[in-house]
Amino acid sequence: MEKTYNNKAWFFVLPVLLLVLFSAAIPLMTVVNYSVQDTFGNNEFFWAGTGWFTEILNSDRFWAALQRNLLFSVIILALEIPLGIFIALNMPKKGLGVPVCLVLMSLPLLIPWNVVGTIWQVFGRVDIGLLGRTLAILGIDYNYVRDPLDAWVTVIVMDVWHWTSLVVLLCYAGLVSIPDAYYQAAKIDGASRWSVFRFIQLPKMKRVLLIAVLLRFMDSFMIYTEPFVVTGGGPGNSTTFLSIDLVKMAVGQFDLGPAAAMSIVYFLIILLMSWIFYTVMTSSDKDA
Amino acid sequence: MAQVNTFKPARSYSWLVSTIYIIFLLLPIYWLVNMSFKENAEITGAFSLFPQNPTLGNYMVIFTDPSWYNGYINSIIYVGLNTLISVAAALPAAYAFSRYRFLGDKHLFFWLLTNRMAPPAVFALPFFQLYSAFGLIDTHIAVALAHCLFNVPLAVWILEGFMSGVPKEIDETAYIDGYSFPRFFVKIFMPLIASGIGVAAFFCFMFSWVELLLARTLTTTAAKPISAIMTRTVSASGMDWGVLAAAGVLTIVPGALVIYFVRNYIAKGFALGRV
Repeated sequence: MEKTYNNKAWFFVLPVLLLVLFSAAIPLMTVVNYSVQDTFGNNEFFWAGTGWFTEILNSDRFWAALQRNLLFSVIILALEIPLGIFIALNMPKKGLGVPVCLVLMSLPLLIPWNVVGTIWQVFGRVDIGLLGRTLAILGIDYNYVRDPLDAWVTVIVMDVWHWTSLVVLLCYAGLVSIPDAYYQAAKIDGASRWSVFRFIQLPKMKRVLLIAVLLRFMDSFMIYTEPFVVTGGGPGNSTTFLSIDLVKMAVGQFDLGPAAAMSIVYFLIILLMSWIFYTVMTSSDKDA
Repeated sequence: MAQVNTFKPARSYSWLVSTIYIIFLLLPIYWLVNMSFKENAEITGAFSLFPQNPTLGNYMVIFTDPSWYNGYINSIIYVGLNTLISVAAALPAAYAFSRYRFLGDKHLFFWLLTNRMAPPAVFALPFFQLYSAFGLIDTHIAVALAHCLFNVPLAVWILEGFMSGVPKEIDETAYIDGYSFPRFFVKIFMPLIASGIGVAAFFCFMFSWVELLLARTLTTTAAKPISAIMTRTVSASGMDWGVLAAAGVLTIVPGALVIYFVRNYIAKGFALGRV
């Protein structure tokens, strides 16, 4: 759409600007402040330079949490994206099945995150949970409280349960926008199921898939509540992801300097990802 | 000619995929609902797929104990406040982004996005100090403002997506017909994007409702959300599983009630209005 150049539009943006200044810019400046200062208490601060950053970037704890979180995000994407495409391809296109599928599949997306954690914590418990109990009866040794691998599996299955529907719904939105004429042409040409997917459906889903990948990456990269409720970051530190580690450091131990430095590094990674996201979104806005 | 629908070509088993997936989604929820109608003795003792002695006792505890039901009231107050603030502030801003170019527009739009993507964990501590300084800790407005961090950008992006679908000629025609801007915006434009406003409001409501980290950090007693109260069901006799399950079920209800009305917009809302 052709837009007119008018700087008075700033007046429209002003309320949002003020709100976001208050709720984002000021807190972020506080973090920047802490990240370059040290204190011996009594609210007396002195300049610490880049000391905290050096400390964070050299600490095994930070890298371990970052690695865990990246591994988690990669596994999540590798599972949820193909699964989401597969389910979207098999969803009914018309009839009563459509609203039924849409409503039931959206349900996990709208559950408070700590309740998602609670649901899976209960569901997986060996003594009272359906899943844990069933596995125990089948003779499978499963205990997410003690075994790091079981904890990981639980957290990953929980996330697949929680968020795959988002990928499904996005892909489905892409699929229903394909005109029937495309399929008819493919049928006349005798195209195989695979080529229909590869040359018609996948290109049409490219945009929504990119959005899905980026959204799932960002949200899994800042996951906090769900694993915190289920495992509390344990056993040991095996499911301590970046956000859990950060909250532990900032609120639990009150290590303001390192926590602030870590926040900045964390935020820079997010900034980079957001920029990729923004570029993708706005460039595909032009194509659409 | 009959419509050839090769979206599902000759695969009579495709319904099975959706069915299995939905069963996988519903099983854990079913278990929670099942537990909420049981007594604690049955939950920890017998292993049953259906409540043997169905009881509403767990729900009665929540509806009669102020420390429980106040949690719901607190949550609804700050979520409602946040939705109002977010949508009201986002409406003019989204209009500006969809209709005008102005100095720094792209930077601002991008900056908003980074706030949607920012991890709340980064903001937990600075928020606590900022709101302490203003004496706002443990008030509903504190949580409502804190949630603006991600909800205002979300509302702006969603509304911008909907507004860009309205042709600009409508604005111009209205001005030629002598409408002033406020009158045009309220009388003509807002009805045109009514569904967009609904979707934006729904998503602000939802994201504020599901968030725990900030809400818990900023409240102690008077404005404590239900999600934070749920974490303290350990009593002298051990875990109160039944009440925990009932409280969980009740937090799912608001989403489940409106889900049917927004079913066609859920993808659009989560994708920031970009599908």
